[in-house]
Amino acid sequence: MYEILSKFAQTWGLGFFVLMFAVAVAYALWPSNKEKFQAAARWPLDEGEPGDE
Amino acid sequence: MSTLLKRRSSAFASIGSVAAFTSIFAILALLIASHAADPLMGAHAWLFLGLAVAGLLALALWAGSLGDRDPFDQTVYEDTIVKFGVTASMFWGIAGFLVGLIIALQLAFPNIFYFEQLGWTNFGRLRPLHTSAVIFAFGGNVLLATSFYVVQRTCRTRLAGGMWPWFVFWGYNLFIVIAGTGYLMGVTQSKEYAEPEWYADLWLTIVWVAYLLVFLGTIWKRKEPHIYVANWFYLSFIVTIAMLHIVNNLTLPVTLTGSKSYQLFGGVQDALTQWWYGHNAVGFFLTTGFLAIMYYFIPKRVQRPVYSYRLSIVHFWSLIFIYIWAGPHHLHYTALPQWAQTLGMTFSVMLWMPSWGGMINGVMTLSGAWDRLRTDPVVRMMVVALAFYGMSTFEGPLMSVRAVNALSHYTEWGIAHVHSGSMGWVGFISFGALYCATQWLWKRPSLYSLKLVEWHFWLATIGILFYIVAMYFAGILEGLMWRAYNEYGFLEYSFVETVEAKHISYIIRALGGSLYLTGALIMAYNLVRTALGHGAAAEGTRPVDAPAAATLQPAE
Amino acid sequence: MGLMKKHETLERHSLALTLGILVTVAIGGIVEIAPLFYLENTIEKVEGMRPYTPLELAGRNVYIREGCYVCHSQMVRPLRDEVERYGHYSLAAESMYDHPFQWGSKRTGPDLARVGGKYSDTWHVDHLKDPQSMVPESVMPPYAFLADNTLHFETIDDHLKALRFEGVPYTDEMIENAQADLIAQADPDADYDAQDALVARYEEAAGREGTVRIADYDGNPEKVTELDALVAYLQMVGTLVDFSTYEADDLDNRR
Repeated sequence: MYEILSKFAQTWGLGFFVLMFAVAVAYALWPSNKEKFQAAARWPLDEGEPGDE
Repeated sequence: MSTLLKRRSSAFASIGSVAAFTSIFAILALLIASHAADPLMGAHAWLFLGLAVAGLLALALWAGSLGDRDPFDQTVYEDTIVKFGVTASMFWGIAGFLVGLIIALQLAFPNIFYFEQLGWTNFGRLRPLHTSAVIFAFGGNVLLATSFYVVQRTCRTRLAGGMWPWFVFWGYNLFIVIAGTGYLMGVTQSKEYAEPEWYADLWLTIVWVAYLLVFLGTIWKRKEPHIYVANWFYLSFIVTIAMLHIVNNLTLPVTLTGSKSYQLFGGVQDALTQWWYGHNAVGFFLTTGFLAIMYYFIPKRVQRPVYSYRLSIVHFWSLIFIYIWAGPHHLHYTALPQWAQTLGMTFSVMLWMPSWGGMINGVMTLSGAWDRLRTDPVVRMMVVALAFYGMSTFEGPLMSVRAVNALSHYTEWGIAHVHSGSMGWVGFISFGALYCATQWLWKRPSLYSLKLVEWHFWLATIGILFYIVAMYFAGILEGLMWRAYNEYGFLEYSFVETVEAKHISYIIRALGGSLYLTGALIMAYNLVRTALGHGAAAEGTRPVDAPAAATLQPAE
Repeated sequence: MGLMKKHETLERHSLALTLGILVTVAIGGIVEIAPLFYLENTIEKVEGMRPYTPLELAGRNVYIREGCYVCHSQMVRPLRDEVERYGHYSLAAESMYDHPFQWGSKRTGPDLARVGGKYSDTWHVDHLKDPQSMVPESVMPPYAFLADNTLHFETIDDHLKALRFEGVPYTDEMIENAQADLIAQADPDADYDAQDALVARYEEAAGREGTVRIADYDGNPEKVTELDALVAYLQMVGTLVDFSTYEADDLDNRR
């Protein structure tokens, strides 16, 4: 059981780690997301009222 | 007319469900109280029952006085609960710092601050009271209050769940009271930062699930598909703490009417589970939760968007991914298998990068507005918080290296490390958020007195410096004394000589703590006067600290 | 209709985020902790480990209640100075029956993993009542009230049962006689048959002799106090394993 678990961690666990990080970076840098992020970054500056777009 | 009726009936549904839910637990408490297997459980059951009934009565009186008013008006933010949270934070903060000062004095002057027949005032019972009061009571209420504040505004909607956020707030504070009184009476699991016994843990689990649902429910009501990054950090704090809390508190009560339980895991497994919890409580309670504050309150206070939103996303994922692995560094050179120790060390060192990425992101938000550091002590407080964050996240990986850990572990160095992180990072970012939130919630043009914020800032900063310098000195000194050999190859010092050597450091530490507490008292005074609208907080006063940009904001 | 659809997407987004967080944080824990439950060589093969006697267990609970772990570790690391100061480094097997573990994280006072047998019972009693009377520079709080507190052990058998459920090998006999065993261990002048039975039960579990000690620990024959229990616990901590038979270099014991 220990063998199976440690092997799983060292292969699939590591793979998942790298993949997850790559997805996060890609999402952050994806060009079409740029506008969305720029808008989101300004949200705290004006708190607005409930229901504001 | 029908919409009004509908709204009223849904309001009463949420009030009724909270009342019914609370009543069930009040009845359970009554059952336990009448069959309590030990006096401690009896005391806690009666306490719970009393407070639950008081809560139900207050709820009934309040609901009866509503008349035609919709208590959950969807066109305004739920700010009253945030005001309660700010007040509770302030109260628990002062209580926690005070207990910290008392136990510091006990170690400095044991002949004065111990009482032979008052066992409940001994260091062993008061230290968990101090740690829980500052982490869970102060820090927890700050996180509850700010998360409710931030999620509403970044989602542009009122808190979900009607009465349920109030259940979360009072339920959480009831947990704090049960936990704290338990430590004094001697009810403890002895797992650090997870001392409350099984029944308090169960209650917290219920409250926490309600918290998650209120938070998610509010996010579901948002208009924009994207979720602001601060909410990611809050969400990871809520979800991960739930997981850690449940796994680390798996325990078997001796009887369902008694306070004592035995941990399900034992020995090595229990140790690793505990430090997996202990380390990640720091990561997800004291780090991601307060980073969420950074990602909202710093941009808002200086009226500039966060330096890099993209970096904040990478920061988020890399931080939560790496943090969770680093726990075993608390168990170097112990009976834990070496592979687990090495894994913990490696990930701890990797953690340095996302931590500093986040810090840089927060500090650089000020670029172009550096003058605010000089003119606004609240901004300065939050930036100094980031400096302390950077310092302790650099020191943490260093201490996780086995060779360093061999010296630092078990010594006051660890105490210095956690206090530069907690007083510097968590404390200062919380103070910053409380100053901001009080001014904004009570809609004051500025704080009652910026001069008093200056006093708070300098007293607290000098207090931290006294504290950590004394403890670094004491820690390295005792670490070296423990391993010192004389010319004949024998250990040079007996243990008690190393205790004696720390006496002066203990006194300086207590002095630092008293300065920090004084700063917090000044802050409480300032916040109360601000809420009351005195001094510079009076209506019609020209804001002294508002940035020029704020007045130039375009209308929606 | 469009509104409902939009709402669904919004829910999906946040649930995906929640799930993403949960999976991410769960993996680290599972990879680190799960193997320990299957790994046989996390716990060395040693002779002498046995469950705590009822009196020792009650004493351990006093130790936990008073928060002793806050200042005293029970984990000697394999470093030269620690081994010389405290004794043989701690083995994982030595805490295998500890629910919860008491390794601690801070040494405001010395490590206690090997305190058993180092001092006399009277030293412990005097030291616990007034630490500064024995060690003038000590910063330890006084525990004189323990000498007045009668030990409550009416439900001690339930405690043993709970621990047995969690894997501690208490026998039926140990559970049935838990109260009698507790009384027998605290009173050297009591029923000799009960004492013999207690010793036989727990030494058989340990697999070696000399692991159960009977004494009037607090020096007060009138009643069994919390101080009796605490001293009984302190006097046995770290004494069970017979290190003359322990082979650190045995392949099974490498880690």
